[in-house]
Amino acid sequence: MSEVPSPLAHHFDDLTQQKEATTLGMWTFLVTEILFFGGLFAGYAQYRTLYPQAFAAASHHLDIVLGTINTAVLIASSLTMVMGVRAAQLGRRKQIVIFLLLTIVLGLVFLGIKAVEYTHKYHEGLIPGPGFALQGEERMQVRFFAFYFLMTGMHALHMVVGVVIVGMIAFFAWRGRYSPEYYGPVDVTGLYWHFVDIVWIFLFPLLYLLGRH
Amino acid sequence: MSTQVAGRPERPELVAEPRPNYLANGYGIKSWLLTVDHKRIAILYLVSITVMFFLGGVFALLIRLELLTPAGDLMAADMYNRMFTMHGVVMIFFFLIPSVPAVLGNFLVPMMIGARDLAFPRINLLSWYVYIVGAGFTIAVVIFGGVDTGWTFYAPLSTIYSNSNVALMGIGVFITGFSSILTGLNFIVTIHKMRAPGMTWFRLPLFIWAHYATSLIMVLGTPVLAIAVVLLAADRIFQIGVFDARQGGDPLLFQHLFWFYSHPAVYIMILPSMGVISELVTCFSRKRIFGYTFVAFSSLAIAVYGFLVWGHHMFTSGQSIYAGLLFSVLSFLVAIPSAIKVFNWSATMYKGSISYETPMLYAFGFIGLFTIGGLTGLFLAATSVDVHVHDTYFVVAHFHYIMVGGAIMGFLGGMHFWWPKIVGRMYPEGWGKFAVLMIFAGFNLTFFPQFVLGYMGMPRRYHAYPDEFQVLNVMSTAGASILGVGYLIPMVYFLWSLRFGAVAGPNPWGATGLEWTTPSPPPTENFDVTPIVTEEAYSYSKEEPEVVGGTQSTRASLR
Repeated sequence: MSEVPSPLAHHFDDLTQQKEATTLGMWTFLVTEILFFGGLFAGYAQYRTLYPQAFAAASHHLDIVLGTINTAVLIASSLTMVMGVRAAQLGRRKQIVIFLLLTIVLGLVFLGIKAVEYTHKYHEGLIPGPGFALQGEERMQVRFFAFYFLMTGMHALHMVVGVVIVGMIAFFAWRGRYSPEYYGPVDVTGLYWHFVDIVWIFLFPLLYLLGRH
Repeated sequence: MSTQVAGRPERPELVAEPRPNYLANGYGIKSWLLTVDHKRIAILYLVSITVMFFLGGVFALLIRLELLTPAGDLMAADMYNRMFTMHGVVMIFFFLIPSVPAVLGNFLVPMMIGARDLAFPRINLLSWYVYIVGAGFTIAVVIFGGVDTGWTFYAPLSTIYSNSNVALMGIGVFITGFSSILTGLNFIVTIHKMRAPGMTWFRLPLFIWAHYATSLIMVLGTPVLAIAVVLLAADRIFQIGVFDARQGGDPLLFQHLFWFYSHPAVYIMILPSMGVISELVTCFSRKRIFGYTFVAFSSLAIAVYGFLVWGHHMFTSGQSIYAGLLFSVLSFLVAIPSAIKVFNWSATMYKGSISYETPMLYAFGFIGLFTIGGLTGLFLAATSVDVHVHDTYFVVAHFHYIMVGGAIMGFLGGMHFWWPKIVGRMYPEGWGKFAVLMIFAGFNLTFFPQFVLGYMGMPRRYHAYPDEFQVLNVMSTAGASILGVGYLIPMVYFLWSLRFGAVAGPNPWGATGLEWTTPSPPPTENFDVTPIVTEEAYSYSKEEPEVVGGTQSTRASLR
């Protein structure tokens, strides 16, 4: 780890400025993400208002046990992520790598369970489109499943991207690129990961819990 | 900063350390395609949007040719639908939205605030590649036969009934949206974190304020368009029926999501040009801007209000009448910050030492045409008038006065103003004036008759029309030909000037602003030493005070 090239990019005056710019950049990006999911939430809200019974009935088709387990898995991954960031602040190289790898594992567990859920829905014929299983009165539930797949699918896509990025950061950390003076990339990756978790924290009650009792 | 007025080193022995300018820093194709220099990326954008502009221009030409006669003789209705759709899509998403921000903004934002580059140079390059991929999809769509839904992609036409390449075009628009998000994100962070010492918020050039406001809209609005297009594509490809009324879907939801972005997008196109005009008016009036803070905050006000008025596109769509009333009132409110700008530019010129170089002529053109476009916008914001002129040529004329008469005039004015900085050479002034007058005349001849046509009831998006509309349509087509030639002239002389233009020197206009303290073209890192800013923007009133009967020495003592 001798001769690590200076992490300061040529166009910044010092590492503080660079760190502030990176952090603000990630926050700004997260704002765009909120608006991105916001469009989906707006559509969901409109149709939930128009068809409350159909939405309530449709949410019974979701597997609440798997959904709850997945929520717990994601919250645990947020914990390991923040431990990784903490390790980066303290400059503990091995710990960064371990916690980031744990985060990846938990992220993959989440995606695996999600894939199981999707498979169940496929076998029950609940994929919206020409082959949709529910007909007659129940046909109105198609909109719930359209939003279920779009919202959780979009979320899962963000998880996949997150896993790849955390993997890259873990690799760089293993190579010793980060130090207590320079750990901005670990920090902003954490921000992204927590954001994706928070989206799920909204998706879970909206899709699984509302109208269930 | 006195060390930096070296200019183009014609006598290199006089310059202490001759630094290569950004154009001379590598000549290979790789040095361009892998560059992270914001100035080179600006040039990449300039070339790409020029190509797209002429592509969109070809569609415009074909539209105007078809409308020369009342009958549909050049093309059938379906082909005409594809022509105006592709004209709209190409011009809006691939020319107007990136025009000023991605070219002039990319080049100037770091230079104006005294930074060496944008905050995220590689993301800046990425945004160009994303744009190119999106543009590639568009060109593929053109080759496969275009889209016929109008640039607005309204459901259910786009989701069920259209048999053109809607999904492919949707992907193109989705992708290119991210280029604009990345540019906006880069500008916001750069303006917040990269300003030189002493460059406080209220010393920023108004060009920067305009780009800051634009970036906010890009960052907040574009993702919503992205998700609207995702829903549209999902609906079309998998038939999930989100917008399908037969399955209980709501087609109006698409219009809401679409206009939530696409109305603010109008301000993405016009705000940067307004920033350009603030620079031009002060420089060629040799005066400080009148009411700096008002002009600065009017940009932000436009960005904020712009998000609250999208429903005025939907007065006749069946949205709630109360929503219509509210959107109408809010649309009137947007006129206030826009008018503040026009009044303050006029007040800046009052008693200024105005000179009539080409960029200033573009500024005059902008102010006049934008005012007409803005005022007719108020007609359309009034719900009762809108019911009559909705979807007529009145609307077409209105937004072309804003987009072409406003945004493109601002873009061309800025291109002329900063061309000497970008390439280090002057454009030919005589030809420049000739072109701007031609564009102004051609523009008005093209679009003013369309106000009349629309008011008389000619609907937009039809390839044939009743005989009595022909005279005005012929005028419009004639104007469009003049306008087209007017756009070709700058294209030719800009290229000519690369080799034969007079050497510009660091500051040919005697303008203020940090970008003019560097050599032309600037070196890759812009500044040798980070400049320290000690005064407000536009400190033009530094001439010697005029003392009647005074001598040289008394003048000096007054300074």
